[in-house]
Amino acid sequence: MKRTRPWPPQLGLAIALAALMAGLALARPGFFTLGNLINLVRQISINGILAAGVTYVLLTGGVDLSLGSLVALTGVIAAGFAHPGGYGAAMAVAAGIAAGAVCGAINGLLVTRGRMAPFVVTLGMMTAARGLALLASGGRPVSNLSAAFTRIGSGDFAGIPLPSWILLAVALASHVFLRHMRMGRHVYAVGGNEAAARASGVHVNRVKMACYTVCGAMAGLAGVVLASRITTGQPNAGIGYELDAIAAVVIGGTSLNGGAGGIGGTILGALLIGVINNGLDLLNVSSYYQQVIKGVIIVGAVWLDRSKKS
Amino acid sequence: MPALLELENISKSFWGIRALDGAGLTVAAGEVHALTGENGAGKSTLMKIAAGLERADSGAIRFTGGAIAMIHQELLPFPEMTVAENICMGAESANAFGWLDKSAMRRRAAELLARLGVDVAPGARMGSLSFAGQQSVEIAKAVGQQASLLIMDEPTSALSARESERLFRIIAELKQRGVAVIYISHRMEEIFRLADTITVMRDGRHVATRPAREFDEAGLISLMVGRDFDAALARRPAKTGAIALEVRNLARPGAFGGISFALREGEILGLAGLIGAGRTEIASAIFGLEPAAAGEILVRGRPARITSPADALAHGIAMVTEDRRRYGFIGGMGVRENVTLGSLRRYCAGGFVRRGAEAAAADAQMRALSIRAASREQPVKYLSGGNQQKVVLARALLADPAILILDEPTRGIDVGAKTEIYGLISRLAAEGKAILLVSSEMNEILSLSDRILVIREGAIAAEVAPQRTTPEEILSYAMPQ
Repeated sequence: MKRTRPWPPQLGLAIALAALMAGLALARPGFFTLGNLINLVRQISINGILAAGVTYVLLTGGVDLSLGSLVALTGVIAAGFAHPGGYGAAMAVAAGIAAGAVCGAINGLLVTRGRMAPFVVTLGMMTAARGLALLASGGRPVSNLSAAFTRIGSGDFAGIPLPSWILLAVALASHVFLRHMRMGRHVYAVGGNEAAARASGVHVNRVKMACYTVCGAMAGLAGVVLASRITTGQPNAGIGYELDAIAAVVIGGTSLNGGAGGIGGTILGALLIGVINNGLDLLNVSSYYQQVIKGVIIVGAVWLDRSKKS
Repeated sequence: MPALLELENISKSFWGIRALDGAGLTVAAGEVHALTGENGAGKSTLMKIAAGLERADSGAIRFTGGAIAMIHQELLPFPEMTVAENICMGAESANAFGWLDKSAMRRRAAELLARLGVDVAPGARMGSLSFAGQQSVEIAKAVGQQASLLIMDEPTSALSARESERLFRIIAELKQRGVAVIYISHRMEEIFRLADTITVMRDGRHVATRPAREFDEAGLISLMVGRDFDAALARRPAKTGAIALEVRNLARPGAFGGISFALREGEILGLAGLIGAGRTEIASAIFGLEPAAAGEILVRGRPARITSPADALAHGIAMVTEDRRRYGFIGGMGVRENVTLGSLRRYCAGGFVRRGAEAAAADAQMRALSIRAASREQPVKYLSGGNQQKVVLARALLADPAILILDEPTRGIDVGAKTEIYGLISRLAAEGKAILLVSSEMNEILSLSDRILVIREGAIAAEVAPQRTTPEEILSYAMPQ
């Protein structure tokens, strides 16, 4: 039997991205240089990691507003473990990711067992985690980090920055998980129709717990990468990051109602935002305009998606 | 009589599948016009086009009345608002400053309800009414909006016998007032009782329109199906085996209590009763959708703790739920993903889905149950009701349960698909599956069951043998005393 879908849903987005890049290359020869492209993939890595994480949650029909605060909290915690002569970089990374996972699990627990709306739960976590980040750091940046730790954010492998490799690994793993594993199918089922998923024997709460925990862990990973790149754990870092991440997912075609979309679209969405930021910088457009343009693109992308479907 | 509504040569395609192929319908003012045909014949699509909810690809629509209102199979009221607010929705009484005149709205609502003989308080919260009550309010709303044509799509599918009677009185009242009604139903008694004219559709086309008195049941069914239909459903006497499922004193306060019965392998046990008697709740408790508060469930003689559908499936109990849209399928997912959702583990290696094996299993089920879809990837929300139900059945069967609970397995399904599903149920019992059948259709429960338990107000009122009982006897046990 042949496929009924006329084309993959992300094709339009990919074409838009390619056209945008071609336009930028023509307008600014500086765009298509190796240096700038490497810069671009470095710039998008943190938002990309967060967006990949929040894709899990959005696919279940939930939302996570706590990502930005978790980036700050986990960055501060990782930095605290990363002083030279301390626990070593691996320990610092593990601590950051674990802290994120714990916060995500708390979100998940309150959403599933506590039967509370994800918006409210993660709004609370957003506020509380920011406070914890300030408490843990005494309100001051945590600096003096080991070279091994700061290499994560500044180093490269085969000419490509390590954060971009990390994003690539996260994206590939997530794509495989969501599209090719049983648990991933269950994520889509829960978002598509929670009651029917439960009646089919899907452990709905378990699936949601896993999604919030993964999302928190990814926020931890992003917090580690950010702290490493700026060589400090900043309690005020990451403000508004959750919205950039959600924007990337939504531009990528994942439905806020859950059940439809995927990592491929999310990465394209993060790339699109990155290319626009980068291109507008190259075109010397003021950052005030950049915000307006980004806003228009978020709404426009969803609008196009909608009119295509109806 | 002058034509109120004329639909001529209407065509419409979805997803490249032709739903309507030059269909037509003419309705006269003040008549009750039954629109019949198998599911997928195009009745609902044609009505959506008439009501302006869908746009035809081609064809002509002429309507000379005031307004067309549609009473949906699934109602869409505002549950948090009052009955009066629902009735006046879109036509609120307000003064020049936009200040709502609630007492005027309440008066208007009361008057409309009284005119139709509906016993509902205008100040009641919509969500607190029964389905039948909400439906009556929706009809009153349509009448208040000066509708001269009401389209009712399976209006009695969720009503008890008494509630249906009340609806029939309302329809008679509408007719008196010159309001025409297009009545879509699969229930023959209702069609012959209510309709002045009957139109039969098949495969998106108009087949016949005649005065109701010129039809008989067998003739109508054969026109709908397009082939001769044998109404006698032969069911061979069951060879039953060991006890597969036993429940003891199952209870949930406010829903049911003291439910004890045993179900054997190869047996079909019918649960008869009025809607709201607690049959669905009992079935849901056994399946773990809404666990019972007290009592025991034994599977093959061993006590089973069932607190979720996953537990039930692990004990070899599968269920096809009554509420297809809510519990049955995931509309945005394709047939393949829906069918394999309950037993995906079997098509996995190390947590990874083996696409080939999964697709083969889905294809096999689509063939076995003759599920008609454009492809196995077609989202289930685009299938007809009968095919959606087959998808739900396919998923339950793929889990290979020893015990199968079927709650209204043919609700809202056309005659052809019904016969297929009856055959399937008999076959499953012959294979040794223990089947618990909840059904509100007398013929269905009488022709399929080996034994019948009549449930009344949450308790077992009687056990009867289908060979030695009558619909009247069952109804007499089912009616509250």
